[in-house]
Formats: sequence, C-alpha cells, structure tokens
Amino acid sequence: MSRARAPGTFGAAWLVARKDLAIEFRTRTAFFSALVFAVLALCIFYFAWDESIIAPAQRAPGVLWVVLAFSALLGLQRSFSIEEHDRGIDALLVSPISRESIYLGKAIGNLLFLCAIQLITIPALALFYNLPIGRPLMVVTAIVLLAMIGIVAVGTLFSAMAVNTRLAELLLPMLSLPFFVPILMNAAQATTRVLGDRPLAESWPWLKILIAFDLVFVVACTLAFPFTLEE
Amino acid sequence: MTSAPASASARTVLSSGLTAPKPIFDWFFALAGLSVLAVAVRAIYFTPMEALQGAAQKIYYIHVPSALGAYIAVGITALTSVVYLWLHDERADRLAEASAEVALVFITVVLTTGPIWAHKIWGAWWVWWDMRLTFTLFLWFIVAAYLVLRDGIEDPAMRGRYGAVLAILGALLIPFIHLSVYLFSARLHPMPVVLKPDKPSLPPEMLTTFLLAFVAFTLLCFALIRARYRIAVQRDLVTAFEGDGGSR
Repeated sequence: MSRARAPGTFGAAWLVARKDLAIEFRTRTAFFSALVFAVLALCIFYFAWDESIIAPAQRAPGVLWVVLAFSALLGLQRSFSIEEHDRGIDALLVSPISRESIYLGKAIGNLLFLCAIQLITIPALALFYNLPIGRPLMVVTAIVLLAMIGIVAVGTLFSAMAVNTRLAELLLPMLSLPFFVPILMNAAQATTRVLGDRPLAESWPWLKILIAFDLVFVVACTLAFPFTLEE
Repeated sequence: MTSAPASASARTVLSSGLTAPKPIFDWFFALAGLSVLAVAVRAIYFTPMEALQGAAQKIYYIHVPSALGAYIAVGITALTSVVYLWLHDERADRLAEASAEVALVFITVVLTTGPIWAHKIWGAWWVWWDMRLTFTLFLWFIVAAYLVLRDGIEDPAMRGRYGAVLAILGALLIPFIHLSVYLFSARLHPMPVVLKPDKPSLPPEMLTTFLLAFVAFTLLCFALIRARYRIAVQRDLVTAFEGDGGSR
C-alpha cells in the first residue's frame, strides 16, 4: 500500500469535493433545479399568509428556514446517487484514501453547493419580503452558514445510507428532517431576533446550541460513515 | 445473494442456539397482559377520583407508565446498537429491532393519551410548549425513521449496521431536541407545574396504583420485546434456510 504517496485526509477530501463540484459545474442541472425551487418556494410562501395580519418582514425568518431545509434536501439527494452510475462509489473506495476523507469531501462539496444556493436565496428573500439590507442580513448569512454545516453533516451521511435502500431518495427526508429540527428551531429563533434588530446577545443561547450541534455531528457522522459502506 | 454467505448466516443462527420454535403459549406475555388488565380494573374501580381533575386524571395510569415503557425500549435499542457495531452479534441487532418496534407502540400510546388528557385539563388537544409532549413526538419520528430504514434494506448485515448508526445518532440527537424545546418553551410559558400531580404527595391508594401500573407496563414492555425478538429469530431462520436451498 503506497500510503506515502497518497494525499492526507483533508487533501483527499478536497480532491473528492473538487470532483463533485466539477461534475456539478459542467452539468448544472441540480444547481438550477434547487435554486429555482428555493426562489419559487419563497414566492409561494408569500401568499400563504394574509399580508394584513402578519407583516412580510415578520414571516421572513420562518419562510427562510423552511425553504432552506427543503432545498438542502434536494441538493443532498444527488450527493451519493451520482456515484451509483457506473458504480463510481467503487472507484472511490478502491482509491488510496481513507473513508473519512470520502465523507468529508462529499460534505465539503455539498456545503459549497448549498451555500451557493443560499447566496442567491437570501438576497431574494430580502427583495421579496422587504428586509432592510445591512448588518442584520450579514448576521443572518453567518447563521445560515452555521446551520448549513450541521445540515450537511447529517444529510451527507443519510444520503450515503439512503441510496443503498429500496426507497432510495424517498427515505432521505424521513431520516434527515428529525435531525434538522434542532437546527431549524434554533436558527429560526436567532434569525427572528437578529432581523428584529435585537442585540446579538439575545440570540446567543440559540447560537450556542447550533455550534454544539455542528461540533457533535460533524465528528459523529465522520466516525459513523465507514459503517455505511460495504465491508 | 449467493448461497455461500447465506449458509454461513444459517450456521450463525443455528450456533446461537435459538432454533427450537416453541412459542405455543407465551406465559410471559399472558402474565403481562393480565397484570395490565388488573391494574386497569384497580385504577378504574378501586382508586379514588382526583379532586380537581376528576376521571381525566385516571388516564395518567396509562400515559405515564407507557412513557416509561417507551423510554426503556428506546434505551435498549440505543444500547444494543452500540453492542452490535462493536461485536457484530446478530442477537444484539434483533433485540434492537424488536425494542424499536415496541418503543413505537408505547410512544404512540403516550401521544394518543396525552392530548386526550390535555384537552380536558389544559383546554387544548396539543400544546407545543409542553416539552415532554413535543419531545415525545420527535422521538416517535426518529423511531419511525429507524424502522422504515430497516425495512428498506434486504442484506441483514447492512440492515444491522445502518440501523445501529441511525440509533446511535438518534441518541445523540435527543439532548439537542430536549434543549431546543426547553429554550423554545421557556420563552413562551412557564412550565405546567400547577396541574401536575406531585408524586410524593399522592394519596397512598393512588401511589400504589401508580407503582403497580409501572410494574405492569414494564412487564408488558419486556413481554412484547421478547415476542417480537422471537419473530425476528424465526425470520432470520427462514431466510437462512431459503439461502441453503439455493432459492435466493
């Protein structure tokens, strides 16, 4: 085994992520469908409430997090299903990189993919819901990044598991959404406060749980991933 | 699947000494069923009415013990999942599967009886600010996902590993849901302390009924897990023998 020539865990992870992003950049199908879904959902949710009862700016946090969770699911679904064509996953498994790097690479690829979608969704939200553009929106973007790390950590693992079941993509929401609950709950609460121009200290308890979630599940899912591959 | 690994798994099943099919009469299950029935009779006819809540309080003799049963079953699933990933013992996996299914039943009972009581006492079928109710609901979703995941996988070894991974991650998730719901509800309402029966100050008859109900439902929980475990053994035997005959 030529371990000496193989890249390290993070170097290999970056190679895997770059491969996934290159495929996505050349086909662009998943990106556009997830993006259009997100923006479309923003518009549809606008009409779900009576404008005169709840001001658009007040429902923006809730809408943002619902749309974000479901567009994330769309992006995560294809993470491992693209490896099913021609059994690309086998090629990854025989390559001289650790299984943890495959997971981290997939997760980094998914994170960048989803962040790219959010970079358009958040301004679209501000546009459609008349949010003030400025510091609060920057803080919200930071919260979104924090939440995305947790969503991607569990979502990538479950995506790897779901493709090997009879139900395939249908199973991903059922597995992932219970794990998204603490993320969405805390992120939405923090977002409401930030957009309401409350001091950041008020959001801190929610953000602490979010950070703890990220730490625990990035480590736990990285350790659990090798068990989801064929031995 | 070729017959070679299948006959190997047949040997594993046979070597674990669980081949003799003997569930003609499940005495343990009968005992558990009778004790639950006895507790129900005691709770309805021989336990005094609670002064403030009236008959609605009696639902507690099902609701709280069921929650206990659910937590026992969920705990067994989490523990046996760790054991399975560690030792790769098929018995641990069967036990995890059996207790997860029993857990779903008990949680369903908790989630059905809870709103009935809440409707009478709190005036609303569902209150999101009650931490335990919300928390139990999400527990139901996790257990349901666990069972659907297992159902979608044919290969026993993969089913075991995937199930174990989800169960362990689910156990890690529980404190986060608990904390989130707590933070969420602390902001809205004080915890419902007034109408909660304070257990040490219960009248002795009620306390006895409560304790008996705990015993009966724990028995029922273990009896159901045992019965479900036997079904899993039978299924694995059938799969193994089918593999031996080369039909798969």
